[in-house]
Amino acid sequence: MFRSLSPSIRLWLLLGGVILASLLFMTLNVRAGWAFTLPFRGEKLLGLLLVAYCIAISTVLFQTLTHNRILSPGIMGFDFLYLLLQSLMVYSFGTVFFSQISPSLKWIGEVLVMVGVMCLLFYWLFIRQQRHLHVLVLVGIILGTLFRSLNAMIARLMDPVEFDLLQDVMFASFNQMDSALLGVSALMALLVSVLGWRYHHALDVLALGSDQAVNLGLNPRRLMMLILIAIAILVSVSTALVGPVTFFGLLVANLAYSLAGTHRHVYVLPMAFGLAAIILIAGQAVLEHLLSFGTGLSVIIEFIGGLFFLMLVIRQGRR
Amino acid sequence: MIEVNGLNKAYQTQKVVDQVSFQLKGAGVTAIIGPNGAGKSTLLGLISRLQHPDQGWVRVDELDVHHCAGDRLAQTLAILRQENQISTRLTVEDLVSFGRYPYSKGRINEQDLYKIEQALVFLDLTDLRHRYLDELSGGQRQRAYIAMVLCQDTRYLLLDEPLNNLDMKHAVGIMKLLRRAADEMGKQVVLVLHDINFAATYADCILAMKEGQLVYMGSPEVVITPEIMLDLYDLEMTIQQVRGKPVAFYYC
Repeated sequence: MFRSLSPSIRLWLLLGGVILASLLFMTLNVRAGWAFTLPFRGEKLLGLLLVAYCIAISTVLFQTLTHNRILSPGIMGFDFLYLLLQSLMVYSFGTVFFSQISPSLKWIGEVLVMVGVMCLLFYWLFIRQQRHLHVLVLVGIILGTLFRSLNAMIARLMDPVEFDLLQDVMFASFNQMDSALLGVSALMALLVSVLGWRYHHALDVLALGSDQAVNLGLNPRRLMMLILIAIAILVSVSTALVGPVTFFGLLVANLAYSLAGTHRHVYVLPMAFGLAAIILIAGQAVLEHLLSFGTGLSVIIEFIGGLFFLMLVIRQGRR
Repeated sequence: MIEVNGLNKAYQTQKVVDQVSFQLKGAGVTAIIGPNGAGKSTLLGLISRLQHPDQGWVRVDELDVHHCAGDRLAQTLAILRQENQISTRLTVEDLVSFGRYPYSKGRINEQDLYKIEQALVFLDLTDLRHRYLDELSGGQRQRAYIAMVLCQDTRYLLLDEPLNNLDMKHAVGIMKLLRRAADEMGKQVVLVLHDINFAATYADCILAMKEGQLVYMGSPEVVITPEIMLDLYDLEMTIQQVRGKPVAFYYC
């Protein structure tokens, strides 16, 4: 029965699911008064929606870019670059600076650095060296490991007070989002989406492969650059809010491909976002309010996502 | 008119296309032939801007292929390569619709629908239109791709070994269709062919390449001769006139 539904009806169904999950999240097990609960949970809900959006969209974009359904932007080390920036800042400027500077300002600076690094890497490999996209991804993997190790090294050099401060940033989770960044993050994601929306047809064409994209009149290099910048911003947003997430994007992107019923990004992108939102919100609601088990959502989601990833790898290998 | 001037392309020190210059005027079918590794596909890639030459230039209808706007060129020239790997799951109709992208930018209108329908009918794909590409045979998929570039409605059509994976019936069908596109719609078709008999039967002009160089160019009667074929392929061939066309026998 589901197979015969048109893509837009599927999206409406999905929207229903998101609303249902949100209602569940907002109303389950309310003990304190509504005046407290609504804004408190509302903020959390907004955060979850924003994270779902960033992870889902950045993963689908990355997979369209690389023509590969088992890669996610996490593999390029974007998230560890973000953490490294935090450590460097604490280490070199000290705790006073780190806690007194306006979080929004600091955050915008960080995003600019991330986008800058991405552009440099892209310029060096694509324009100067004329390399293939896969080389870029490989270099990204290596840099990701480098960033992670550097991060660990700096953590060892720090004094305990500084490290304590850093812990807050590094161990962000779905349950303890950095709410100070919510406004500016939402703004940033919105900006990316408004600017990027008109490219959704171009994304469909890019998925045909870069030869076909050139044939149909696109400039793939320029488009790839724009997509990479969008990914860098979205990943910064989600990492800033909840820390590195590896497999969740993979899970929702692949579910979206099979549930959207079409290849067109106009449908696939919202589908991935909606699925991510339902999983995060419903998962958090159930864990927090029914099982009173506040911390584990990221672990469970990553576990399921990881299993799903293995399944994908095995299935692709067999084909 | 396609003008190619002093094209050079090397991978490291290996010259793949070496000082190639020619002009093709008017409508018609042009076949590029030559042994493996002669640089045929690279030449086609250079003409169609998929690859960049180290030296030289290509002009198609006075447009400098490597420096003019991509969408302008996409309405003038279409290219189909041998390997087309698509990561998304598409139906035949989806794929063919992409041929309209240079015009509609994704917003398909009445005229686009008409062209899509025409291309599907032209390639005998109407029964398969809702099938997914990964459910098709190699030949059917090839026809779907050809329908897509035909749907692009360009004056120039470049095809890299379009007869790969096709049985004789469909190979002949495609060549007849390209012939008709040239004769009736005034298109200029340039294609890489491996079977010299297909080239001799359907092409107006043959370009023969060897070791990156354009070594012979002319009508089938001029190029398909025992001497030239021996030089090109290092094979003794018997060539006879059948219905006014040279046909080569090289199976012994």
